[in-house]
Amino acid sequence: MGLFMRGFLAAAALALSTGLAAAQVTVKWLHIEANPAQVKIWEEVARDFESKNPGVKVDMQYLENEAYKAKAPTLLQSRDRPHIIYSWAGGVLKAQVEAGVLEDITAQVQNFKASLSPSAVESFTVGGKIYGLPHTVSQVGFMANKELLAKAGLDAAKILTWDDLLDATKKLKAAGITPIAVGGADKWPVHFYWTHLAGRMGGKAAFDAALRGQDGGFEADTFQKAGELFKQLIDLQPFQNGFLGFKSQQAIGHFGDGKAAMILAISSFYHTQKVFAADKVGISDDKLAWINFPVVPGGKGEPSDTLGGVNGWLITKGAPKEAVNFVMHFISPDVQKRLAAGNFLIPTVTGAESGLGSAFMRNIAQNIAKSKYHQNFWDQDLGPSVGRVVNDATAELAGGTMTPKQVAKAIQDAFKQGN
Amino acid sequence: MTALSLRSDGSGKLTTLVLFLPPALMLFTLFVVLPIGEAAWYSGFNWNGFGVPVNWIGLDNYRFVFGHKAFATAFKNNLLIIAVSLLVQLPLALALAIILADRFRGAVALRMVFFLPYILAEIATGLIFSFVYDGDYGLLAAIYRVFGAEAPHLLASSTTAFPAILLVVVWKYFGFHMMLFIAALQGMDRNMVEAARIDGATRWQVLRFIVIPTLYPTIRLSVFFAIVGSLQLFDLVMPLTRGGPADSSHTMVSFLYNFGVTRMRVGFGSAVGVILFVVCVTFAFGYKRWIMRDE
Repeated sequence: MGLFMRGFLAAAALALSTGLAAAQVTVKWLHIEANPAQVKIWEEVARDFESKNPGVKVDMQYLENEAYKAKAPTLLQSRDRPHIIYSWAGGVLKAQVEAGVLEDITAQVQNFKASLSPSAVESFTVGGKIYGLPHTVSQVGFMANKELLAKAGLDAAKILTWDDLLDATKKLKAAGITPIAVGGADKWPVHFYWTHLAGRMGGKAAFDAALRGQDGGFEADTFQKAGELFKQLIDLQPFQNGFLGFKSQQAIGHFGDGKAAMILAISSFYHTQKVFAADKVGISDDKLAWINFPVVPGGKGEPSDTLGGVNGWLITKGAPKEAVNFVMHFISPDVQKRLAAGNFLIPTVTGAESGLGSAFMRNIAQNIAKSKYHQNFWDQDLGPSVGRVVNDATAELAGGTMTPKQVAKAIQDAFKQGN
Repeated sequence: MTALSLRSDGSGKLTTLVLFLPPALMLFTLFVVLPIGEAAWYSGFNWNGFGVPVNWIGLDNYRFVFGHKAFATAFKNNLLIIAVSLLVQLPLALALAIILADRFRGAVALRMVFFLPYILAEIATGLIFSFVYDGDYGLLAAIYRVFGAEAPHLLASSTTAFPAILLVVVWKYFGFHMMLFIAALQGMDRNMVEAARIDGATRWQVLRFIVIPTLYPTIRLSVFFAIVGSLQLFDLVMPLTRGGPADSSHTMVSFLYNFGVTRMRVGFGSAVGVILFVVCVTFAFGYKRWIMRDE
């Protein structure tokens, strides 16, 4: 046994040392980007970085969005963890920081961070230390197919309030058009409705109060109301048949195929609706409209408030400093402008948004710039445990198995139970 | 027992023990006993899986598990799988085995065909069936369309999602049990059947009083596999429904994964694991003790 073990160890050591001798530093970069056109540019950026930094190799690894979220905790604690990982910031980031699996890169990015939007950098700062860098921001709103809306006599520019949306839903249904596509199996696309409604109802103040546990926390009136308003929409049966079985990518494809008039989207769906459409073309720019999430009567949230993501790259514990260098290269003005020109993202480098190629994406960039309260996705912000309960409960509301009151209670219970 | 007791000198027995027991015992301890002990230990903590657990909460995790409505559903679903395995899958496998154990043209080919689903990886099977069940583009939708009807989205409704999974379970595993039965039938003494025929027994009587009784040991084994397999079912559920909609199609293992692992609630997940372990061990020992005691 001992002999076996020693032999095995010796072999392993040999394999390791020869590996080291041949190299080079390999930077392992884990991403979740599903759009081949964008991945192609990223690959070029990686090769470009390699040519400028001899002896460094950038190894790209891909995981699908949901698979990545499920795998991350185990992955991060393995010895073989990637050096650079995708992040939505928020509570998940905090849990990872507390767990000590991330590298503090404050010193290394001290000068670099000045080129980025300060609020985006702030999202990746926990306890005064920076653990990652943001490369894009996004907004949640309705993406609409103008042609289908016109068939029902509707104009995207005139859908401003929740009642307008309910009205549009009725008219679309009457015209025999599926009003809205949604990926109910993934649940998070559904939670956008409830959380954005809560934001419109109560604004930042209500969210902060809930976090402090005031007025019953997430059981406060604001959140019950958000559920009731969402229920008004659900009762009209606005979604495609079988929506609870649709994954997000399928639902986006459904919209891209012109089978539904609207989809509550992240602005980055601008591209993915093309990728996941059956014809790979999707809805062309002239037929595509963006509708900011409708305001609600008597809501305390500012109409300019936005819900959306701040996405970036985290550096994991023990990663080589080349990993940080690569991320800084990835978020350099040149690369950001290039990605902006292709409309792949809303850049975080100050000034790069002027390079956005399409009017559609420029509009999003302006919305986010105007917003005084950009709320991160709740399922990320509230952390892995509570966040998933928000998704579960709101999906159940959409499926008719929970009431608005039960949704609020389920979330508050999870919040009290903590992780 | 016999091999050892045949040895006349006790030292030989001891040598065998010293030589062969430690490796097996060590592997068993390392990969079975320790993890189980660890899971039991973790189940007393509120812990997100990072670092070392410190927040001891006693039996709270077990209270959370038993108070969780999705766990009740998952448990019920596990029982349903067992019921369907025993009442649908095994009789089907037995009937096919009795037909296909005879030698006739095409028997071997048919056996292969029925056995094929078992060879497929679970994840692949799940993905294939998620396409079959797709209400817009799937095979099922195409069949409905032939009759001019709109196909239901089976996996999108909490009433039909789990029955749809059950169907896949039966489809996937009946071939395995069929093969077990065929193997047993081929080992059967044909003379007995012939003798019974000469004595004037009908086909049914031969089946009822000779074939099936000789199969009893295999049936008991088959039932054991079916139940243990049912308790462990996970990788068919994930690609098909991930336990949804509204947590209607979870099994205990997919419940563990979804509410323990992906939510970083390791203590909670460990509690589910311990419960699952207790259920499996109780069953396995009970079954061995009471049903398979002759073998």
